[in-house]
Amino acid sequence: MSIKGKAFIAGAYEHPDREIPGKSPAQVHAEVALGALADAGLSLSDVDAYFCAGDAPGFGTISMAEYLGLGLSYMDSTETGGSSYVVHVGHAAAAIAAGKCQVALITLAGLPRSGDFGRPPFGGAPEGAFENVFGPTVLGMYALAAQRHMYEFGTTSEQLAAIKVAASHHAQHNSRAFLQDVITIEDVLQSPLVSDPLHRLDCCVITDGGGALLVVSPEVARDLDRQCVKVLGEGEAPKHTNNGRIDLTHTGALWSGPRAFREAGLTPADIDYASIYDSFTITVLETIEDLGFCEKGKGGSFVMDGALHAPHGKLPFNTDGGGLCNNHPANRGGMTKVIEAVRQLRGEAHPKVQVPDCSLALAHGTGGSLGTRMGSATLILGREDA
Amino acid sequence: MSENSLPTPTPKVNPETKPFWDATAEGKLLLKRCNQCQTVIWYPRFLCPACASTDTLWFEASGEGVVYSYTVTRRGQGHYWQAAPYVLAYVELAEGPRVLTNIVDCVPESVAIGQKVEAVFHDTGEGSALVRFRPA
Repeated sequence: MSIKGKAFIAGAYEHPDREIPGKSPAQVHAEVALGALADAGLSLSDVDAYFCAGDAPGFGTISMAEYLGLGLSYMDSTETGGSSYVVHVGHAAAAIAAGKCQVALITLAGLPRSGDFGRPPFGGAPEGAFENVFGPTVLGMYALAAQRHMYEFGTTSEQLAAIKVAASHHAQHNSRAFLQDVITIEDVLQSPLVSDPLHRLDCCVITDGGGALLVVSPEVARDLDRQCVKVLGEGEAPKHTNNGRIDLTHTGALWSGPRAFREAGLTPADIDYASIYDSFTITVLETIEDLGFCEKGKGGSFVMDGALHAPHGKLPFNTDGGGLCNNHPANRGGMTKVIEAVRQLRGEAHPKVQVPDCSLALAHGTGGSLGTRMGSATLILGREDA
Repeated sequence: MSENSLPTPTPKVNPETKPFWDATAEGKLLLKRCNQCQTVIWYPRFLCPACASTDTLWFEASGEGVVYSYTVTRRGQGHYWQAAPYVLAYVELAEGPRVLTNIVDCVPESVAIGQKVEAVFHDTGEGSALVRFRPA
């Protein structure tokens, strides 16, 4: 039993704004839901399954089903941080394959740029008292991973900076991107050190926004005019501190990646385009190693010389500008990773960054922190005829 | 207790972790060891995550370790908003576990991976102390 070919992404929508004052989180969830439905040529009354994560207000699936007027036969509020929406695609495909539903709606929305940080996370976490008293910051926890990766493999700040530079080259073509200027490695290195060895420009943007996806059965996909994208495989894994034996040099992609490739019957060499979770530059570096695009420890040399640049690099990545430059709505980047992979497979990325004849794509999510614990998810998608 | 320039927020103590925190107030670092498979457990909990045994025992750790990774935080948040620059680190204890902590009593930029460190206890004034480390 696998999900390969059993479900299709029929609708994908990214909220156009990066700062959304004057709207509620529920309203933005609804706006992106309607956007994805319009993209697919479906309506709210067609939806029989709904997926949302920790960014959804109130009672999650229940509150949003009420707000949107949804009657549902299936719901899932799996919360793995920013990777949740990658997981949701896999879970939706599995539910469709099992005959539980036909049209699954997935939404994300949040307004951190406008000062609304949503529901407080991690209340009562058993590990909390042993960590939060020492002043960990979001960036600091990734800096710990970067420092150790540098120590073990000789990775440099220049190599990390090259990842941001590649994202900026893509973002210049995205008129909605939060940061649209092309920058250089020097620009990154000269930006302030916030938590050694990471600089301000090693970070993603903080944006309001949201996105939505519609995952549908093959029967529903067949009747739609819109070009759909085939779900080929999904893998997921938690990675945590492992009883105090944390290894900071890899992510959960080490486990989620092979599961997804196995289900899809593909290898990293088959992938034409990759959306790689990019909360920080080090997140990308470790993930491309873990997914098998290069050897462990060789990510630094891999990303130099334009490897990540679309359309002709070895591994064109994050052609919307990614979280590093375009959008990181609700501090959760998994949704936009899937959306840009869908654009590439439909041939609807910006012409300057559209990968020619793109037929197989990967979207990877990392939710939580490289420095402690994360939920990792890898999704492999193909063109409708893949 | 060593002299302390960092904030000492009070950890949230529960019945499961109270022996650990009570001991810190007396300048002792307690760890749990699994009585079945001998794995040293971190963070302390009622079962052994290596073999699922609930037969675990507290013991006093040496307080010695080496820096596994570190970062000089230049912008603190919350309790630490005025504390920067300070060193956030994982220290690998001589007993095995890697614990999140701060490296203190040194110039932040002088910290290095592999450096030997020893535990110091910073009293929170609430019946507990934070276990930090200084160069040994």
